[in-house]
Amino acid sequence: MEFEPKIVAFLCNWCTYTGADLAGVSRLKSPANIRVIRTMCSGRVDPTFVMKAFDLGADGVLIGGCHPGDCHYAEGNYKTLRRAHMLKKIMRKYGIDEKRLRLEWISAAEGDKFQEVTTTFTETIRSLGPLDWRKRIGKGDRTEHTVAV
Amino acid sequence: MAKPKLALYWASSCGGCEIAVLDIQEKILDVANAFDIVFWPVAMDFKYDDVRKMEDKSIDLCLFNGAIRNSENAELAHLLRAKSKALVAFGSCAHEGCIPALANLTTKDAILKWVYKDSPSTVSNNGAVYPQTHTKMPEGEIEIPEMWETVKSLDQVIDVDYYVPGCPPQPFQIWNVIEYILSGKPLPPKGSVLGADEKTCCDECPRERKEKKIKKFFRPYEILSNPNECLLDQGIICMGPATRSGCGALCTKANMPCRGCYGAPPNVVDQGAKMVSALSSVVDSQDPNEIDEILNQIVDPLGTFYRFSMAHSILKRVDKI
Ligand code: SF4
Ligand code: SF4
Ligand code: FES
Repeated sequence: MEFEPKIVAFLCNWCTYTGADLAGVSRLKSPANIRVIRTMCSGRVDPTFVMKAFDLGADGVLIGGCHPGDCHYAEGNYKTLRRAHMLKKIMRKYGIDEKRLRLEWISAAEGDKFQEVTTTFTETIRSLGPLDWRKRIGKGDRTEHTVAV
Repeated sequence: MAKPKLALYWASSCGGCEIAVLDIQEKILDVANAFDIVFWPVAMDFKYDDVRKMEDKSIDLCLFNGAIRNSENAELAHLLRAKSKALVAFGSCAHEGCIPALANLTTKDAILKWVYKDSPSTVSNNGAVYPQTHTKMPEGEIEIPEMWETVKSLDQVIDVDYYVPGCPPQPFQIWNVIEYILSGKPLPPKGSVLGADEKTCCDECPRERKEKKIKKFFRPYEILSNPNECLLDQGIICMGPATRSGCGALCTKANMPCRGCYGAPPNVVDQGAKMVSALSSVVDSQDPNEIDEILNQIVDPLGTFYRFSMAHSILKRVDKI
């Protein structure tokens, strides 16, 4: 069976979520691989959410926020920017391709950008293949006694 | 009335928790008076078989320190669970993996290969002989425990009643816990963290905090820090904001950053994630390239943010390399 990426998207209520809505009412087709979770600000996306998404089976995580300067809580998206960089650094160490996390600024007027981002991100994840984190770290949990050298 | 029965055991640990128990000093005599110590391998001569012969649930209190990293640790965890009424994950290793669980940042194969073949101090092993769980000798077969791929906390292997955090738990906190249990007061709800508080290490820290704006991170040896100001304000990674209070901010009082040994604060699932969040708030830049430059100064982020809590982290271990 062909691999269909599971992507969790945390979208800011004031911009990207509304942008996604606009994409919808404008009948712009975007992939069904995206599962949207609305947050009040991209700054609400705790690093725990991202880790938990990967642990629970997400193949990719998208965070959508207001453009720099436009965050309704002044600084939330800058904090998100730094978090995303830190998270990517951590993900590399865990052995998770950092491309599995994507941060994008998409305003309420950018339905077309929402379509473009979700489409290209889905393709990126499709080419990376399934993450399947639990299976990945669980298998061979108690390996053979001998060591292949 | 018969004295309550006490057992202490060490699984994969350094022995520091055992020393911490002795560090309650003369009060150890009160412990010996109040309890009938039925198992304590580090201090008294007991055999595992003595435990196997005990009735189920006949031990009133078991303080279990050490992570679970091999089959022997797991066997004793199951055995002591069956024999104990109240079983406590005592110290950071049993609580959340601690230093042994840093092995989860690599693989079992890589560890064995390094230790038995590649390390510069391995000189007499040209044949690269690796430990086998079963070896046939003229006298019979020898069996040693099997090392696990992933180090686990005690509660990932058996059901745990209480947690006492710390690497090691501070003696005054150990005594608080023992005193509480001896007082006969009703025991706290299952799953409680004992011998610690409900805030963060920063709340106990006497250092003065200002607005944090960090452009450069330092390792403790790279900077002469101001002894009165918050270490994180000065760019030294201090786990205080992501660590449970209870030790009295011991390290920051000794001019060292908190390494995080009391584990995640209440309501925090993942200590490292909390630290990612805390640091993201204090890095002083809005430019992606500069942010990367600043963050790249953090050496070994996983080992630093999860020094004590890798086993309890959401993602648990690195992917097999
Ligand atoms: S970050 Fe460290 S030095 Fe600063 S207040 Fe918290 S515990 Fe103290
Ligand atoms: S300051 Fe931090 S590392 Fe030091 S004893 Fe306290 S909790 Fe542990
Ligand atoms: S309100 Fe949209 S990113 Fe903060």
